[in-house]
Amino acid sequence: MSATATVQEAHAHEHEHHHEKESFVSKYIFSQDHKMISKQFLTTAIFMGVIAMMLSVFFRLQLAWPGESFDILNYFLGDRWAPDGVLDRNMYLSLVTIHGTIMVFFVLTGGLSGTFSNLLIPLQIGARDMASGFLNMLSYWFFLVSSIIMLSSLFVETGAAGGGWTIYPPLSALPQAMPASGLGMTLWLVSMAIFIASSLLGGLNYIVTILNLRTKGMKMTRLPLTIWAFFITAVLGVLSFPVLFAAVLLLIMDRSLGTSFYLSDIYIGGEALDPVGGSPILYEHLFWFLGHPEVYIVLLPALGISSEVIATNSRKPIFGYRAMIGSIMAIGFLSFIVWGHHMFMSGMNPFLGSVFVFTTLLIAIPSAVKAFNYITTIWKGNLVFTPAMLFSIGLVSTFVTGGLTGIILADSALDINIHDTYFVVAHFHIVMGLSAIFGMFAGVYHWFPKMFGRMMNSKLGYAHFWMTIVGGYGVFFPMHFVGLAGAPRRYYQYTDYPMFDGVYDLNVVVTMFAIFAAAAQAIFIFNFFWSVFKGQRASQNPWKSNTLEWTTPVEHVHGNWYGSLPEVHRWPYDYSKPGKELDYVPQNVPLTENEEEH
Amino acid sequence: MEKMLLVIAIILAVVGIAQIAKVYQVTSELQKKKEEDISTSSNKMNANLWLIFMIAFFGFFIYQLVNYTDMFLPVSASEHGVEIDKLLNINWIIIITVFFIVNFLLFFFSWKYVHNKNRKAYFFAHDNRLELIWTVVPSIVLAFIIIYGLSVWNDIMDDPSEDALEVQLYAKQFDWTARYPGPDGIMGESNYLLITSQNPLGLITEETIETRVAELKEGILKSENKLKTEVLPDNQVDDLEDRIGSYKRQIARILKFREGDPDFSTAYDDIIVKGEFHLPIRKEATFNIDSRDVIHSAYMPHFRAQMNAVPGMTTKFGFKPTITTDSMRTILDDQEFNYVLLCNKVCGSAHYNMQMSIIVESEEDFNNWLSEQKPFVSPEELKAKKGSEEDKVEEDGQLAEIN
Repeated sequence: MSATATVQEAHAHEHEHHHEKESFVSKYIFSQDHKMISKQFLTTAIFMGVIAMMLSVFFRLQLAWPGESFDILNYFLGDRWAPDGVLDRNMYLSLVTIHGTIMVFFVLTGGLSGTFSNLLIPLQIGARDMASGFLNMLSYWFFLVSSIIMLSSLFVETGAAGGGWTIYPPLSALPQAMPASGLGMTLWLVSMAIFIASSLLGGLNYIVTILNLRTKGMKMTRLPLTIWAFFITAVLGVLSFPVLFAAVLLLIMDRSLGTSFYLSDIYIGGEALDPVGGSPILYEHLFWFLGHPEVYIVLLPALGISSEVIATNSRKPIFGYRAMIGSIMAIGFLSFIVWGHHMFMSGMNPFLGSVFVFTTLLIAIPSAVKAFNYITTIWKGNLVFTPAMLFSIGLVSTFVTGGLTGIILADSALDINIHDTYFVVAHFHIVMGLSAIFGMFAGVYHWFPKMFGRMMNSKLGYAHFWMTIVGGYGVFFPMHFVGLAGAPRRYYQYTDYPMFDGVYDLNVVVTMFAIFAAAAQAIFIFNFFWSVFKGQRASQNPWKSNTLEWTTPVEHVHGNWYGSLPEVHRWPYDYSKPGKELDYVPQNVPLTENEEEH
Repeated sequence: MEKMLLVIAIILAVVGIAQIAKVYQVTSELQKKKEEDISTSSNKMNANLWLIFMIAFFGFFIYQLVNYTDMFLPVSASEHGVEIDKLLNINWIIIITVFFIVNFLLFFFSWKYVHNKNRKAYFFAHDNRLELIWTVVPSIVLAFIIIYGLSVWNDIMDDPSEDALEVQLYAKQFDWTARYPGPDGIMGESNYLLITSQNPLGLITEETIETRVAELKEGILKSENKLKTEVLPDNQVDDLEDRIGSYKRQIARILKFREGDPDFSTAYDDIIVKGEFHLPIRKEATFNIDSRDVIHSAYMPHFRAQMNAVPGMTTKFGFKPTITTDSMRTILDDQEFNYVLLCNKVCGSAHYNMQMSIIVESEEDFNNWLSEQKPFVSPEELKAKKGSEEDKVEEDGQLAEIN
């Protein structure tokens, strides 16, 4: 600490000389500074998240009170999509699809990795910026353009894409199959292609930066777990997103150029179509080859963030640092050979199914290791409940709860009866909709002082957390029961089946909690924007943390550190180390004589 | 007016929160309180909230378990379904146990180890023995789950026995059709190119080939006439030309069905039903599942059965029903109850209402029901057709004789 401080003083006036006046445009809009880009990603993701959340409230209203009129639906969707305030059934499918797409890709992939990989990779490894600031800027602008295209598809006359976020052909390939597969689907595909480009530009940059730009002494085994998680995430993205790109490209060709990669033997709209020999199963394989690693692209950064936050606020080293790295790597590797568990009922060879059962259930082992390591970290800790810490503990709880039901879904014999029911919806929302989102919130609360130089209000943070965890579990827990009653997902209403009479009560409970949880997010939005402008000024290291980002000055400077870069002498988790006066020892503090690293 | 009030209420709420936040901020500045220092009372409050949350959360779970079990699917009405339910219950026992233990530890530790200025956290970086425990124990449990699960899966997915009843489930937007092979026990061949309103499954017979080819030829003629007689915008001209080309290709493909002189007669006695289909009890049924437009999924939750219907490819699933509809009505004390086949893969606007009833009954009742159903081509029609064919043969014979 003191070393850095001196360096800073020495170079303070030198900095004054170099200070170039930046225009508004180069500073806030076409910025190549990773910290600004990270803020751009975050605000865009918050905006997208709010929209996707509103969409979910709209269709939850229909599910709880089927066929009833709501002024709010008519107000937002107009007479075309909600005549007399009753949600149109095609629009219902579009809302479900766009909700899923935005949440998975734009909030939890672009938003989560884009924000925290950008912010933390250079700061925590001791680099001046990303390897390529320009590519990094492009990555954001591609992201923004694809976001705008995705949102614009909601305003198309035939409706936004409506085949579910997985857009299986032929439904998505044939405009005759549903109106939403017309222009809305085209926009979806274009948006996704651009999004993939953004994601690849970002991912390559993260990998190169982590491998090449670590400061002196920052061995791979001294990296904070956040960086390890971002690193493996970027590798997963770079290996799997191109496959989705291929899938999207082939689908575009089937739609527009008359090819038949995914189409065969189709009679629709009173006509037999020409294509023979294609297979929709091919699309499913390509999609889920991305789709499953995608789950971990969403989850790993959240786990990385929570590792850092839990260690800091437990004032205790993360338990089993190397085991944590090992499990991240194992999860990353296994995530590539499990995609078939989404396809047990697709008509795929049952023996192939057995292989995927085996590989999928293996993932439970590194996941269990991670969960127990978190708990051991908290054990005999000295817990400081910042809002970030609350969200991180919430993450561990939801990760365990949601992960456990995965064991049931991974078992092909059990999947027969719960495949594509609400049980699946409950499962993946608890891991992605709660765990990954909690990780994102934890990150925002924890690094807000680094991003904006101000503090968020912790009291509002508490209210936000407790309402969100109650609301979140309240929404997704009952869904398991709806699924066990055999209720399929993506149904506009259940009134046509006497067997689902029992589901109504629960659907009302779910929707009530959803509205409650959505309202709770208003507290966060308010707290966020209020604190950006009016929050209390932050000190340099507010959470008494060890990692390098807290050695940079509070105000943002190009190049992150005045003067030379800090040198790293120890791992990032020397909290409450015996024989030390303070309960934390930053990474840039040299080892004292006879001190063992850990 | 209502909207106005709503907007005003929202604005007032935001202003209110902003004022409260401001007051809070000013007071904390006056007290020299820093946002980053979490006070002892805040820590205590959150620690206690963890405990309260844990109790409420577990209570919520148990409450639902007690109150909503009657909503669950009733006892499985198929043989393999009983095995699935057994496997599911064992999985539940394991999962719920782990759920309670892990969440309890997490919340309990969060409450117990709340920050205390006078205490230092225990520096505990790693312990190979512990790591080994929670690698090996889950591995053993998972090995059990995998082996047990796969043995059930392999039994279900085994090839059907020779004497199983064959049923085709045919999906289209947005209904199901079932087909039985009829007295000859052989399912007639079908192809999507032959689909017409009279032949919704596209069965291949001499007549359906003729009808369809005639229809296509008429379509070509119509389009050609339109091209000759009307002045059309370019895109319509393109569309018509595309259609003519496509119809010609279809005719060529259809005529190939006749190559090798196949026997089309197996399709005549096939029985096609809509609305509901019947199954005999305790007889294995094997379903050939097809779709003609998009992916659907044949889901029969009471039988623990599901398989996607994929255009261009026949998928299979089989089971043996063990409880008749009547018995299930008694079990559930609901005279209206019916087994149902649902679509469980999003397939378009009316996906939510694509269903067919299933009646499970004694073999005798089933045979009676089946014999009442109209075959694809009725014996009378068949006779009439055969008669005309014989006439033709006779004529040919006479001609030959004359020659």
